[in-house]
Amino acid sequence: MFYREAGDFKTSYEADSQTFPIKFDRYRFWAVLAVAYLVIPFIINDYWANAILVPFLIYTIAAIGLNILTGYCGQVSLGTGGFMAVGAYAMYKLMTAFPDVSVVIHVFLAGGITAVVGAAFGLPSLRIKGFYLAVATLAAQFFLVWLFNKVEWFYNYSASGQINAPERFVGGIAVTGPNTDAWAKYMICLVFVTVCAIVARNLTRGTVGRKWMAIRDMDIAAEIIGVNPLQAKLSAFAVSSFFIGISGALFFSVYLGAVEVGEAFGIQKSFLVLFMVIIGGLGSIFGSFAGAGFLVLLPVALKVIGVDLLGWPTDIVAHLQLVIIGALIMFFLIKEPHGLAQFWRIAKEKLRLWPFPY
Amino acid sequence: MSADFLYGIEVILNGLMAGVLYALVALGFVLIFKASGIFNYAQGVMALFAALTLVGIMEGQVPFAHMINAIFGTEIHHFGWHVPALLAIFLTLCVMVAFAWAVQKFVFRHLVGQEPIILFMATIGLAYFLEGMGDLMWGSDIKTLKVGLPQGGSRWIEDMTSGLGGDDFYGFFIDKLDMVATVVAAILVMSLIAFAQYSKQGRAMRAVADDHQAALSVGISLNFIWVLVWSLAGLVALVAGVMWGAKSGVQFSLSLIALKALPVLMLGGFTSIPGAIVGGLIIGVGEKLFEYTIGGMIGGATENWFAYVLALIFLVFRPQGLFGEKIIERV
Repeated sequence: MFYREAGDFKTSYEADSQTFPIKFDRYRFWAVLAVAYLVIPFIINDYWANAILVPFLIYTIAAIGLNILTGYCGQVSLGTGGFMAVGAYAMYKLMTAFPDVSVVIHVFLAGGITAVVGAAFGLPSLRIKGFYLAVATLAAQFFLVWLFNKVEWFYNYSASGQINAPERFVGGIAVTGPNTDAWAKYMICLVFVTVCAIVARNLTRGTVGRKWMAIRDMDIAAEIIGVNPLQAKLSAFAVSSFFIGISGALFFSVYLGAVEVGEAFGIQKSFLVLFMVIIGGLGSIFGSFAGAGFLVLLPVALKVIGVDLLGWPTDIVAHLQLVIIGALIMFFLIKEPHGLAQFWRIAKEKLRLWPFPY
Repeated sequence: MSADFLYGIEVILNGLMAGVLYALVALGFVLIFKASGIFNYAQGVMALFAALTLVGIMEGQVPFAHMINAIFGTEIHHFGWHVPALLAIFLTLCVMVAFAWAVQKFVFRHLVGQEPIILFMATIGLAYFLEGMGDLMWGSDIKTLKVGLPQGGSRWIEDMTSGLGGDDFYGFFIDKLDMVATVVAAILVMSLIAFAQYSKQGRAMRAVADDHQAALSVGISLNFIWVLVWSLAGLVALVAGVMWGAKSGVQFSLSLIALKALPVLMLGGFTSIPGAIVGGLIIGVGEKLFEYTIGGMIGGATENWFAYVLALIFLVFRPQGLFGEKIIERV
């Protein structure tokens, strides 16, 4: 009844091609933004920020990045952890080398550096396809992690081999370092997520995105209709790595504060982000949010149920968690290979006809 | 002969033997990939699970003991008997066959016709599931595997070769276990090839690998072949698990050998059994030699990534791997 295009007359091309053609969706979008910006920062506490909201926001950026590469351009990558590490270490070097420059600029620069590295590792994708490429991106993962471990310049010759985020301020409020308030962490991540999601959404529905999708569907056919595969694939790698770099920079500087590369950005991280993309839905920006939310919430929920409610030992719950995540992934793939985003699409289709379906 | 040169040869020999073990894991991948187009990431975890089960059966552990104790407050841990190695290996094999059947029945039957990437994801899910299951069933502590395989370096070879390179060469150090592994792997590969070439089921397996629909139309049961292939992969995983487990203890890091087998596969081609073996040898020798010659100069621990970079560079020139079928693309 309320969820219809009917009666919502579009009078310009801009209005006709907007992201949310249905009025209710637009209101809902603004409502979500209003809650995120105006309500949550005032009620947030340390536990919610550190256990759920901040990792959710940061992983969302990474998932959007990987979704551009894997979901939109069809290039499977297992190097996400390595690229996040590039973002984190670029951030660290920039923060320590130019302490007077704002961290917001640093985050974008870290993204840019990661984009260059990502494009370089994307070069083989012109020759190698499918699984061969997926395995080839593992080269990036292992090589980059090794590099950040071995070359002392990257961690400023510190004895522990860790990198620690120094305290930095945005408009007089600390956003990195040990004295950061929960709401400040949350706000800076939220701003980046908003910007990234809007940019990604508009990239993927424009010329660039259509080229990516053409390459995904069949690269030879795409080449014949005039899509330059070199340009399309490398731009997908660069844009995707840009987002992943931003998420790595935030992951290190805002969320963790101190990072040891093998632990924080190992192969497990690559798989985690890939799962988010798959469970959320390949080729969907909303899916990146859904997948990240699901996989951030699931371990927390299992821990609350297993350890706090049932009183089981932590290690059993940890193992059980692996079993459940594995089973859920298989279950999802069998029931709905297109991910949570597909449920959302089906729900919206049903809602458009409700309460009088044919 | 100078001592340096001889040490180089020793490195190559050890590399070859490590390569055999890589090839053993890679073989499991190739079997499943050829027959069903599934890129089975869980192969490494299957090796871990097989080794854990073997140890558990031999020691007479109660499955899920830890969990049962936690829930019901009981204190059980062992049945109190010890199973001889051969019987335990047989029982483990039965478990792996049951596992193959379950995987086929509950997961991959429902995923027939899906895109390869979805199947790949499902195997990663399977890997997580199996890893958690192994820990739940048998506990996550490091276990030693005693199936009577010889340990330590071979004194005989060391004594025989110690005079070759003058005073500062003490003979080749070669692990006995590696030699056993090489022999076992060779036997396994030959029997697999013989099985695929001459037995009825082996022929059916190759037919399925060639073309699913054609195989169906001549009356081959795809379901049966897939269970068979997963069981064979389980057998290979068991052998790999025993070898690696005897070498470095049965623990989580065992499942990471799957990651080592990936570049081997890329190099050899996903569809070729000889490719898996040659690829394994090249990677084994390559990474040991690289670590020996250049690794020291740039900080060591290059074994983590060298294989991938080698495979990557190689693939740029030959995208289907050494022995892979030529990729022909049509619009």
